Amino acid sequence: MKPKKVSRREFLAASATAAAAAGAGAIGTTPAFSRDVHGGDKDPWLPHQADAPHPLQAPDYKFFTPEEAAFIEAATERLIPDDAVGPGAKACGVALFIDHQLAGAYGRAQGWYMQGPWSKGEETQGYQSRLTPSALYRAAIKAIEDHVASSHSATPFAGLAPDEQDAIISDLEKGKLDLGGVDAKTFFKMLWLNTKEGMFSDPIYGGNKDMAGWKMLGFPGARYNYLDWVDRHGQRYDQPPVGIRGRPEWNGEG
Amino acid sequence: MVHKLPSVDVVLVGFGWTGAIMAQELTEEGLEVLALERGSWRDTGTDFAPSFIQDELRYRYHGHLFEETAQETLTFRNTPDQTALPMRRLGSFLPGTGVGGSILHWNGQAWRFLPYDFQIRSQTVARYGNAAVSQDMMLQDWGITYDELEPYYMRWEELCGIAGQAGNVNGQKQPGGNPFEGPRSKPYPTPPMKQTYGPTLFGQAAASLGLHPFPCPSGNMSQAYTNPLGVTLAPCTYCGFCEKFGCGNYSKASAQTTILPVLMRKKNFTVRTESEVTRVNVDAFGKHATGVTYVDAQGNEFEQPADLVIVCAYATHNVHLLMSSGIGKIYDPSTGQGTLGKNYCYQLTPSVDLFFDDKLLNPFVGAGALGVIVDDWNGDNFDHTSLGFIHGGYIAGYMTTGRPIETELLPEGTPKWGAKWKKAFVENYLKSMSVSLMGAVMPDKSNHLDLDPTYRDVYGRPLMRMTYDFKQNELKMQDFAMGKMVEIAHAMKPREIKKSARGPRYDIEPYQSTHNTGGAIMGASPADSVINRYLQHWDVPNLFVVGASAFPHNSGYNPTGTVSALALWAADAIRRQYLKHPGPLVHA
Repeated sequence: MKPKKVSRREFLAASATAAAAAGAGAIGTTPAFSRDVHGGDKDPWLPHQADAPHPLQAPDYKFFTPEEAAFIEAATERLIPDDAVGPGAKACGVALFIDHQLAGAYGRAQGWYMQGPWSKGEETQGYQSRLTPSALYRAAIKAIEDHVASSHSATPFAGLAPDEQDAIISDLEKGKLDLGGVDAKTFFKMLWLNTKEGMFSDPIYGGNKDMAGWKMLGFPGARYNYLDWVDRHGQRYDQPPVGIRGRPEWNGEG
Repeated sequence: MVHKLPSVDVVLVGFGWTGAIMAQELTEEGLEVLALERGSWRDTGTDFAPSFIQDELRYRYHGHLFEETAQETLTFRNTPDQTALPMRRLGSFLPGTGVGGSILHWNGQAWRFLPYDFQIRSQTVARYGNAAVSQDMMLQDWGITYDELEPYYMRWEELCGIAGQAGNVNGQKQPGGNPFEGPRSKPYPTPPMKQTYGPTLFGQAAASLGLHPFPCPSGNMSQAYTNPLGVTLAPCTYCGFCEKFGCGNYSKASAQTTILPVLMRKKNFTVRTESEVTRVNVDAFGKHATGVTYVDAQGNEFEQPADLVIVCAYATHNVHLLMSSGIGKIYDPSTGQGTLGKNYCYQLTPSVDLFFDDKLLNPFVGAGALGVIVDDWNGDNFDHTSLGFIHGGYIAGYMTTGRPIETELLPEGTPKWGAKWKKAFVENYLKSMSVSLMGAVMPDKSNHLDLDPTYRDVYGRPLMRMTYDFKQNELKMQDFAMGKMVEIAHAMKPREIKKSARGPRYDIEPYQSTHNTGGAIMGASPADSVINRYLQHWDVPNLFVVGASAFPHNSGYNPTGTVSALALWAADAIRRQYLKHPGPLVHA
């Protein structure tokens, strides 16, 4: 096996030029939706292409109806309540965070394998619902409110006493509540993870307001250099947290 | 319509870590190398810059650097009597995609396997007799020895600037290193990382028990390092965003930080992104690969002929591609016939969580390979007589991260949510850590990969089906190791501890490790392996299959080091032997 001449590589290089010009490449005479990066041709780095995150644009609900928003605000506040330890889910904007997640790629199950057939499966087989997260929330909230309406004197869920709300959440967690076609445990797991995400993810996504979740824990946020702290064993880190967008007071929000 | 393209010398399926190694080596021979990569081009400055990479939601929970199950997944069941269902979301393991592959988001725990691993069957039988290997345990030697692989481990460590303390250099024991490691030809290229409080406490406790603690070999740089290719990596800044993230600081060994700056200057190399290989094509006799078929982002199908085809995708995808291409006979556990898909293994990763009252551990000051290790109960480093299991794992006091969504250590009895959960989380976040096991998994007759009868991928191919569960060997080993971990944990004098065992059933949802191995294994004979000792396919000599898919079992260490050494070993065999005399390098 001997190395071939470079002529073919030059042929392929020509297609890269077409690719750069058209946004889609051409391999031979065929339009190709791929990109050729040739060794030695040019820097493969693309200017102005940083894969930056997409922050929350406006602090209003995009997915939940007002009734659904009231449910989520009440339920997440029971999951992480406001108390002497620190602010709760409501003060940290968790419901708004979840709303925007459900309105976006996550809510649509974008990138997930969603082909059938569908079966509940074993506990060890992972998420098996046909419902996307947004559809699961919508269906579960409705089923829970229906349950509240049929079993409690006060409605909706948000109007119940905290211990009544806790009992319902506990039943969800244990899978005791029959939500019709929606698996209560699956919904609880998703709600709880999304609540923690809203509490402790970067504030650009609408939760963790004023980095209150991070401050409560002592997590310094999106820092990238702790070299000075490696051998300061047992000492309390003394810098306030920063987010991807810096600190609120740096951009007039604090 | 399939568009047929002009032939190249070498086509690489996948352009992750092993793809970069193969490309770098084979372009040195003047060969024209084309890598086909399903994902996109990725660079430090554009894709994981320190101005936005510290984003736990986006990278850990939304898997921004991982493969999407919509594009590629598998079905899973624990045992053959169950119906396998698709892995609809990633969970237990997190394969990458795009240029750089999975090593882009590794922790950097940079291990060699033990000499015992490569001759595991013969050494186990020699020491404990035939009865030590149960009938269902498909234990086999690798067809290669540690001594043969050692120079390639060394080359890998020098390529990546691995930071560590040697324990055995040419048979001479070194203080402070791992006394159980195989003999090394040279010390690590860079000194070990400086440890934070938690790993330091672990090391002190282990030493007080008469164990042999040493710093974890690390692909996070302890100092600036220039590798033999002339590429320089920067010192690690302990930001705690390694595993599941790209390093914005050029401080973690990866294709981008060690090979690509040199490879991308070579005129005989091209990587074509957004191009997913769906089939390796063979001639009518099934003895010669003619090239590959791939599909671009728009769905256009291309045939890419090549003289040499090297499959170097993620381990499970290597196996799936061979199955989809009809190359080799798929293993059937009920008859024992076939070799493709057998010896699929994983790892077992139980832990003990520790909670202190008086010690601030600052978990956010971390690095992926920051930790102190004891290797006293790994491999055959201890007497297994009457223990009822073989092998073991290393026990680690790691402090890799304090990312707050993922790092949730809670004392026994803490409610899962509500005010008491919140109080416990806040009280313990800065003062807790884990002691963990990287537990080996032995091949079992019923743990295997094949094709699913029901579910299909976006290209209409059957999904691969994984049948996997933890077996007696692992569960007994876990019980044993848990006892040892608890002993070390108590010696660290925490307020309290909590044991977190895995199993008894393997669950595909919670993250455990991206250490899937086997399925297209190497060996000494085509009767029980898919590829020979040079990772060359037994039936198709111009096809090589590179990656952890080659492992006949999974050891008690992270696999990246052995994946890398095997890739360099195979590349060397192609350069020195195959190119001169194309054909089988081993005659069956």
